[in-house]
Amino acid sequence: MMIDAFPPGVILVLGGLVLPFASTQIRYAIILLLPLYVLWSVWQIGDGIQLALPFLEYELAVVKGDALSRIFATVFAIMAFAGGLFALKQEQVAELAAAFVYAGSAIGVAFAGDLITVFIFWEIMALGSTMVIWAARTPESYKAAMRYLMIHLLGGVILMIGVIAHVADSGSITFQAMTPNSIGTWLILAGFLINAGAPPLTAWLPDAYPEGSFSGTVFLSAFTTKTAVYVLLRGFPGIEILIYIGVFMIFYGIIYALLENDMRRILSYSIINQVGFMITGIGIGTEMALNGAAAHAFTHIIYKALLLMSAGSVMFMTGGKRKCTDLGGLFQSMPITCICGIIGALAISSFPLTSGFISKSMIAQAAGDENLFFVWMCLAAASAGVFLHAGIKFPWFVFFQKDSGLRPKDPPWNMKAAMIFFAFLCIGLGVLPGPLYEILPFSTSYEPYTVPHVVNQLQLLLFAGLSFFLALPIMKRTLTISLDWDFFYRKFGVWLMRFLTRGVVEMRRDIFETLHGWVQGIIKATIRYHGPDGIMARTNAVGGSVAVIIVMLTLFMLVFYWQV
Amino acid sequence: MNDETELPKDLHWLVRPSTIKLLWRGGFVLLAILVLADFAIHPHAAFGIDGSFGFYSWYGLLTCLAMIVFSKFLAIFLKRKDTYYDD
Repeated sequence: MMIDAFPPGVILVLGGLVLPFASTQIRYAIILLLPLYVLWSVWQIGDGIQLALPFLEYELAVVKGDALSRIFATVFAIMAFAGGLFALKQEQVAELAAAFVYAGSAIGVAFAGDLITVFIFWEIMALGSTMVIWAARTPESYKAAMRYLMIHLLGGVILMIGVIAHVADSGSITFQAMTPNSIGTWLILAGFLINAGAPPLTAWLPDAYPEGSFSGTVFLSAFTTKTAVYVLLRGFPGIEILIYIGVFMIFYGIIYALLENDMRRILSYSIINQVGFMITGIGIGTEMALNGAAAHAFTHIIYKALLLMSAGSVMFMTGGKRKCTDLGGLFQSMPITCICGIIGALAISSFPLTSGFISKSMIAQAAGDENLFFVWMCLAAASAGVFLHAGIKFPWFVFFQKDSGLRPKDPPWNMKAAMIFFAFLCIGLGVLPGPLYEILPFSTSYEPYTVPHVVNQLQLLLFAGLSFFLALPIMKRTLTISLDWDFFYRKFGVWLMRFLTRGVVEMRRDIFETLHGWVQGIIKATIRYHGPDGIMARTNAVGGSVAVIIVMLTLFMLVFYWQV
Repeated sequence: MNDETELPKDLHWLVRPSTIKLLWRGGFVLLAILVLADFAIHPHAAFGIDGSFGFYSWYGLLTCLAMIVFSKFLAIFLKRKDTYYDD
């Protein structure tokens, strides 16, 4: 046993558990100060194992620090702070409590040095995030959270089987880089990928996240998928299959977001798209690519949260309107929400001077360095596509397009402050990437701001923008959704169950009828012989008995006489 | 631009037809300048094609149009009313 540090994630988890019992003033203080304390304590964790606890015959490395752990824990803590600020006045205190447990366990995963600790925090995250969705308290959120929980419990079981098989194979619980070459490691990889929103189980994300409350979805966007990116970065760097999974996710996210009408579902599909970039980087596996994936996770958490804060503010101020068909023209009455949303949209599109530019370009650079022509072409097309589906589509349909006639005001001060803080970070990281590059897992001398790079990026993005406005007539929003993988468990599975159980129900009925017939037969036979009129139950007169005895006795005497 | 007297009062200056016309024109000028900027820069192309003239411009435009068309094609099979799962 070794205790050099208290796990920073657990501080946040405990803080979350205290929240529902605190008075309003103390609650505000915890929400605003605790994440900052956790951020400080993240940076007190040195390299190597800082907290080891015995468990069964193993020694758990509950806290193990290095640069990769710290960069993810840092952004998780910043996210907990800004999310808390945004949700400060949320009436459902349970949501904030769950969000802190969720954020704390994500930080727990980031510092976990062994697979058992990873698994424990992984499961706490699943519960915390489900509670966050539930806290929206709508029938839709209840059902969506149940579906979400089912998928994540399945992922958890797959991960646990993988961990057990891997530990049985290798004898070690240490969480380090692995190659998928055994059942255990394959299952661990599958468990990680489920949380990343990888195919085929992609649909849990756009199904569940948009059902959170106006503030709940902001938390949801940050932790689960990015923790999955973290564990893939540590566990499976340079595994080639991840490149193809990542490229699939990139285009899947774009195509579905283009078809979508609900603004928060657009942004949810866009999460899968962005995580696809990171997973592609992890699959490429060079230092440049891994740095790019980590940096992109960092910047993505901030601008995606900003976009969802902007969407959440619109929802909050319009009484829950989420569909593009109901929105439009809001820039006139919500200038701060609109400008912050646009800054988030520019950052996700990797415009020069925003955070997305200095992170995503590292992944494309790595693909170029490794001479992966096909991957590089896909990444370039996808960068243009991001501007199309999130960069323009979200602000255009929410804040501009036709005038919906709605004139909601900007949201309360705390929500504005959270948006301005993150908008500031989006631009700050874009203008001064140095501090972020400083904390990346590998040292880098990457220089994003070269004249050709800036010009080429602007060409790519602005011509993507041109295509949006050229195609606008066919981009008209309709009251539709697009079938996704969740069709298989929301519709097809139900049909299949009905179809199969119809046979089963009939068979069950037949068996029961047959058995019932047999039992009836036994009862009838019993009644016939032993019932009131049954032959075995008749009473006979004494005289009759005496007559029978006399006959028997006479026969006996005759036989006896004969013999003698 | 903020001269509100000539136009209907309730129409924000940003959405007036004259502004929109101006934005389109300005946009095309900007795009033209960006394409022409390829003469001035010396890209360090990783592959051959990405160093060719106007590559990022046509590639951005065409891939995006292709993605839109492809999504519309998929929509033929995948689109449902948004009450599809409500029962």
